[in-house]
Amino acid sequence: MKFALFLGCTVPARGLNYELSARNVAEKLGIELVDILEFTCCGFPIRSLNQDAGFLMAARNLAMAEKQELDVVTLCSACTETLQEANYHFIHNPEALDDMNKKLVKYNLEYKGTVIVKHFARMLHEDYGIDNIKEKVVRPLEEIQVAAHYGCHYIKPTKIYDNYDDPENPHSLDELIEVTGAKSLFYREKDKCCGGAILGIREIDALNMSRAKLDCAIEAKADALISICPFCSVMYEGNQKRIEKEFEVTYKLPILYYPQLLGLALGIEPIDLGFKLNRIKAKALLEKLESEPEPVT
Amino acid sequence: MEVIQAELLDPSFVEEVKNTPGGEPITKCFACGTCSVSCPVREFDEEFNPRKIIHMVLLGMRDRVLNSEFVWLCSGCGACQERCPQDVMITELMMALKNIAVKHGIVHKAFELQAGEIYKFGRLFEVGDLNKRREKINLPSIPEDPMPVRKILDDFGVGEIARRVIEQD
Repeated sequence: MKFALFLGCTVPARGLNYELSARNVAEKLGIELVDILEFTCCGFPIRSLNQDAGFLMAARNLAMAEKQELDVVTLCSACTETLQEANYHFIHNPEALDDMNKKLVKYNLEYKGTVIVKHFARMLHEDYGIDNIKEKVVRPLEEIQVAAHYGCHYIKPTKIYDNYDDPENPHSLDELIEVTGAKSLFYREKDKCCGGAILGIREIDALNMSRAKLDCAIEAKADALISICPFCSVMYEGNQKRIEKEFEVTYKLPILYYPQLLGLALGIEPIDLGFKLNRIKAKALLEKLESEPEPVT
Repeated sequence: MEVIQAELLDPSFVEEVKNTPGGEPITKCFACGTCSVSCPVREFDEEFNPRKIIHMVLLGMRDRVLNSEFVWLCSGCGACQERCPQDVMITELMMALKNIAVKHGIVHKAFELQAGEIYKFGRLFEVGDLNKRREKINLPSIPEDPMPVRKILDDFGVGEIARRVIEQD
């Protein structure tokens, strides 16, 4: 399996542990990830100002992947949505595709609409497959229980993802977690948004949104919250101390990227999964996994 | 409660929204309120109320809507849109309202700043010393070439917004 890896802006700057663990997990599973140097911002922040400009940025990135005959996997859910939203729009509206190609000519590019865009987690779940992952698990993480955070753009809008997962009761990330041997907890507010998109607009609303979910993950006694988006992690991890101060609460809840969790089960060392870069240390979780299983008497 | 003044309403507003991508289905709304009860922002902030915003647009309250901060408060999560029984595509509608505000020269500072960064670097964050940090953990260098993105932003008038904020720096 071979894909173009679309890093976007936030992952290579603020999610080095995500990128490192995803690359090492992919290597361990025999999935080849190709870096395309011409990739730029996906267009997500620009769409709010001008949808056409955002879509053209997305189309330019897609055209770069198409040139190399590669499908795209993404790590950031906002990139996934923006690239796929544009892709869906062009594939389902031949006129829009024509119109966009007239604009792309200026950049010596053409997009035929052949690229498939998938989130890294969806690729693991759907293309690589849970059964195949299971075969590669060498260290089942049976001692720990975690809270799956799906975020929003990984599955919504469902229309552009051909109804890949149920937005009301999603299961793909839970399955990806359970295959590592860890328990995926049911917790309140599981489907809620991190609030990251409005952090710069009205901070207190965004912090409140993240607080609500952290409260519920703690209530469910999670050893960690599992994220698949750098924006969500910026909210839950990067802003966790701020939330603790603002609302006078204590969490110290580790926020792991899914490939960090999977990597442990595949036998990759924590250092190669970027655990040192986690701002809230997962020391207690790693200790649980280090201790020898209790002997059977 | 503030009285709505009929003479200040602008019926052309709803037409403008309907003619903007994402805004087309707005007149299908039958005001059930599923969007507002599904909204995670509304849970903490009464000012962001999708049902009310839709009603304001349908009434033609152009100035109140476009000059509000609530136009920028949608987190884009899509919960409302998945549940809307009338397929109003509320998340896309909020995107359309932002696009219309920008067309009329109203841009929220946070989005202006982001446009400025993307115009300068082609991405949201400056590469700067980042590649040294990346090299230390064996991650490949990332390039910084703002030109292709700059060209796109200039072609769509977004470059102007970006340059305005860069010049203020």
